[in-house]
Amino acid sequence: MQIYLPIAEISVNAFLLLGLGGIVGILSGMFGVGGGFLMTPLLFFIGIPPAVAVATEANQIVASSFSGVLAHFKRKTVDLRMGTVLLIGGLVGAALGVVVFNYLKAQGQVDLLVKLCYVIFLGVIGGLMFIESLNAIRKTSKGATPKRKKHNWIHGLPFKMRFRVSGLYISVIPPLIVGVLVGILAAIMGVGGGYIMVPAMIYLLGMPTKVVVGTSLFQIIFVTAFTTMLHATTNFTVDIVLAVLLLVGGVFGAQIGTRIGVKMKAEQLRILLAIMVLAVCGKLAFDLLVMPFDVFSIAAGGH
Amino acid sequence: MLRYIIAFIMLALPATAEEVVLGLSKDEVAITTSFDGSDVLIFGAVKREAPIPEGDPLEVIITVSGPSEAVTVRRKEKRFGIWVNVDAVEIDEAPSFYAVATSAPLRDVLNDVEDLRYKISVPRAIRSVGAPMAVQDAGAFTQAIIRIRTKSDAYQLLENGVSVDAQTLFQTSIQLPAALTEGEYKTRIFLTRSGKVISNYETSIDVRKIGLERWLFTMSRENSLLYGLMSLAIAIAAGWGASAIFRVFRL
Repeated sequence: MQIYLPIAEISVNAFLLLGLGGIVGILSGMFGVGGGFLMTPLLFFIGIPPAVAVATEANQIVASSFSGVLAHFKRKTVDLRMGTVLLIGGLVGAALGVVVFNYLKAQGQVDLLVKLCYVIFLGVIGGLMFIESLNAIRKTSKGATPKRKKHNWIHGLPFKMRFRVSGLYISVIPPLIVGVLVGILAAIMGVGGGYIMVPAMIYLLGMPTKVVVGTSLFQIIFVTAFTTMLHATTNFTVDIVLAVLLLVGGVFGAQIGTRIGVKMKAEQLRILLAIMVLAVCGKLAFDLLVMPFDVFSIAAGGH
Repeated sequence: MLRYIIAFIMLALPATAEEVVLGLSKDEVAITTSFDGSDVLIFGAVKREAPIPEGDPLEVIITVSGPSEAVTVRRKEKRFGIWVNVDAVEIDEAPSFYAVATSAPLRDVLNDVEDLRYKISVPRAIRSVGAPMAVQDAGAFTQAIIRIRTKSDAYQLLENGVSVDAQTLFQTSIQLPAALTEGEYKTRIFLTRSGKVISNYETSIDVRKIGLERWLFTMSRENSLLYGLMSLAIAIAAGWGASAIFRVFRL
């Protein structure tokens, strides 16, 4: 069934979009990521103009994250306090990120820099996570007890706060810094930042994997809602028909994803996430290294 | 006064003896939610006071062009082992859709001078004024846009696509793709003999979004804040709805 999208000005198959939304929704519910990294290239591939794809996707992520976070609320796996601290940091970071982005744009070659950062960043995070969770799986299969959380310099910082859901009593400074950094990256790269946020919460803040997913979704809702409004009012690129088709699939996918995630062991969840992060990294590296299908590309508009 | 009117009519009348009388199967294309491309049948007749002239037969060229816009074409090159955008050329005007249908191979029915004058062939329809000095082969950029858009059927060259009967009746069918931008689609008909344009005629097909498509598009431009809030409200409602359905059925 073909449907004409009013803003994208293109006719697409409705069932294809429902399916894509569903797949991305499952990932979102399972891992606490927005899924923008995956959906954006897929939408480009169908022929949706890039500006419309990026903006509309932010709207779809609001829906699937909201659906996912409700499922997590029911299981009490959302740390609201931690989520709020991260969100405050994230909004500050996003504002800084826009400034940085404009500066880079004035220097030219912003795309390239962003992609290179992304490849290095994702490669390192994904690689470390993969090795760590592989070791954890080996240990548990040998019957060894999982090791206790280490005490490190983070616990020596002032302004301590109790995060009961996460079972942490730490300073608010590290979560704030993580929030700011993710916000900056999200603004520069144009993604929700779940990919960076989730590993940071697990490894830097030492939060339990199960709580991480719900908390990440909680803060993604606000970041992407903000992005949607920004795109809708400044670029007029949010296609509501496209968004509805994607989010119908997305909200159901998120519910299913959450149920799959809860049944899995923490280290299995982490290793799958690591594999996905590495896959995205590989795809980006591939694009940079291999000769493109057509060395020419068209972008709308002049200067 | 009357004298001026007569003089005006004399000027307005084509100098040639042959002129076009045109019909369109539709002069309006409505984009609805289920829009999936459209065929437009363009047909007409040649009106003449004198008998058919001797010599080369009459040929017909029909062009349909969508609204023009500026585009930037970028080229990638390998630098330090990775593919980077190195240069860009701004094309001042490139139609979003362009179709040329002819009654015989384009080379035979139109000479270069006339093509330059009326901007009929696809490369001529694209206007590129200033390529940066650093870019040496600016032509490659124009070719790239033609190649990419021809692949997606946005640019079509339909040689022998026009059928002509007894040098008087002609018709062609132009297929408008599903990915259609709204606006005025300028339709031109040229009559040629031995490569020279002897008469031309211009009309337009109006491509418009209607109904829901129109309403959403207008709202997104004129009431963007409300539109954005509506998008978010739908997203939140859908998220909550799915959660509620799963809860009710205890999945």
